[in-house]
Amino acid sequence: MPGLAAELQHHPGIWRGNELARTACPGIVTGFAALDAELPGGGWPCGALTEILPQHEGIGELRVLGPALAQLAAQGKFIAWIAPPYQPYAPALAAAGIDLERVLIIKTTRDGDSLWAAEQALGSAACGGVLAWPREVRFAQLRRLQLAAEGGRCLAILFRLTRAAREPSPAVLRIALATSVGGLALSILKRRGAPLSRPILLPALSAAGSNPFLRFDTHVVDSTPSAAATAGSLPARLALA
Amino acid sequence: MPVAAALALAPTLRLRERDAAAETEALLGIATWAMQCTPNVALDFPDLALLEVSGSLKLFGGLKKIEARLRQGLAAMGYSARLAAAPTPRAASWFARAGRERLIADAALIERELSALPVSVLQSKDEETLSSIGAGSIGDLLALPRDGLARRFGQGLLDALDQALGRLPDPRGFCVLPEKFYAALELPAEATQAEALLFAAQRLLAQLEGFLAARAAGTRQVSISLAHRAAPATRIELGMVVVRREAAHLALLLRERLRQTALLVPVRAIALEVRTIEPLAHCNQNLFDDELREEGNWPRLIERLRARLGAAAVHGIGLCADHRPERASLPTEPNARQLALDFNLRPFWLLERPQALEEKNSIPCHHGPLKLLAGPERIESGWWDGADVARDYFIARTADEALLWVYRERSPEGAWYLHGIFS
Repeated sequence: MPGLAAELQHHPGIWRGNELARTACPGIVTGFAALDAELPGGGWPCGALTEILPQHEGIGELRVLGPALAQLAAQGKFIAWIAPPYQPYAPALAAAGIDLERVLIIKTTRDGDSLWAAEQALGSAACGGVLAWPREVRFAQLRRLQLAAEGGRCLAILFRLTRAAREPSPAVLRIALATSVGGLALSILKRRGAPLSRPILLPALSAAGSNPFLRFDTHVVDSTPSAAATAGSLPARLALA
Repeated sequence: MPVAAALALAPTLRLRERDAAAETEALLGIATWAMQCTPNVALDFPDLALLEVSGSLKLFGGLKKIEARLRQGLAAMGYSARLAAAPTPRAASWFARAGRERLIADAALIERELSALPVSVLQSKDEETLSSIGAGSIGDLLALPRDGLARRFGQGLLDALDQALGRLPDPRGFCVLPEKFYAALELPAEATQAEALLFAAQRLLAQLEGFLAARAAGTRQVSISLAHRAAPATRIELGMVVVRREAAHLALLLRERLRQTALLVPVRAIALEVRTIEPLAHCNQNLFDDELREEGNWPRLIERLRARLGAAAVHGIGLCADHRPERASLPTEPNARQLALDFNLRPFWLLERPQALEEKNSIPCHHGPLKLLAGPERIESGWWDGADVARDYFIARTADEALLWVYRERSPEGAWYLHGIFS
């Protein structure tokens, strides 16, 4: 009997309610150990749809993905950005270690086109990651994207509004992003495995002092000498807070 | 069958004038297409194309394989054909004209096989006389004494027989490939449906593929013009990221473009034109249909996306050596080489146009007052091209914890603007 129990435990088709699902395809390491530990497969799922629901734009949704995207680009796979809300900014992408040669930006005017482009990108083995910002998605369309994602081995991320959290979704992973004291709180709304009640905290982009990037001793002044001379006089209230 | 008899049998029959020019055009099109199998293609107007395939047997894997390939291609172009092969061009053309689809590779068999053909294959003015003297087949002619035959019907008949049997040389002038590709197709009925147009266009694309394969070339640009009865032609340009020639892929791109094109008037004819061709070597097919091959297929994805969304909507992104933030990041061709440049901390998102911020109690506000975390970083540049900027950039935090990239104009007003969002 104990032999049978052990065998059952390792059977890939049997999953216990209190543990994370075993996945056939290992996840893409997120770069955040606390998050990896809570995700089935030990990272972002590939070949399945993931939804990220940020409280508002700019909360840190790209920072969360940065290490995974850098890793995919380094493998020579394209990352498709479909209908992003603003222009992705090359210097920041390069600084995050993402190979710019592998960035593909797709602008669309209609939601139908965004979903079509996402489906095409998911179906192509050339893409390692597909990030899409559709405005309105119906359940049937989500299901179609999920099927397209299952056909490939992509990291498929859909950015949606927080209010979409109440709607059902076929995505295998849904993460809501919210700010909390001193960092970014990731609540896993849905995953393959037991639900997670407490949010995962990621430290905030360290603001002043400690981050070497934030020392602004490199002003750029390509101007006439008179303009450069006045550059040093700054109002005191604009100093580092 | 006379027209009256045909109409009596089938009253709904639609009669069309035979168009000799169109036939010649079609035959030339077939010749161009067939040059993918052999460089030596000769034409025998009005309805015969001769391919010298002896040099291609090894490459294509035998006569049967070539025949299958030709049949498939001809069907894709919408033609039906009778194919025959023989050791001499004249014998092959006789078999084809007689409708006997034989593939004879052995010269020893030729005489026996030819004997069974009717004399009508000679297309001789003396056909009736030949029948009246009891010579109904080639075999009967061969059995007659040669000198008598020559006296009665001329040396020409004898020469034709000898050429068919390979006793006399039968030189043919081969076609020369044109430098550009142009093919047109008149639709059987006027069409507005994309699917109907695509069906016709696929025939032309198949012809194009053959032409390009014969030249070991491909193209990046295919022009398609849709002719209307009264309106000026609609033009569609298909642009490719890499040099291509596969008809199936081009058809896919065209399908997307046709769906996007609003056709207000019915289309009467389709013309396909390729002005510049570029060398494209045959590539070895992978033994296994694995993903590695697929991964290299990124141009395919980009072409498909561009066909539907437009060329400008799909692009890569690159760095530019400029301190002005709006010029540091530029759209590029996908997969273009990139500069490696170092910048200070920059936001992931940049607003296309800086957004003016309110200022309350000398503090900039965006959904509440902003807290300036770091800065200023002074960027003052571009006086030489008229788009000069003089700004002090700050990293600011909003009340709901988002990090923004804001700047203050270095001017007497000192207006605040939002330029980027850290994410």
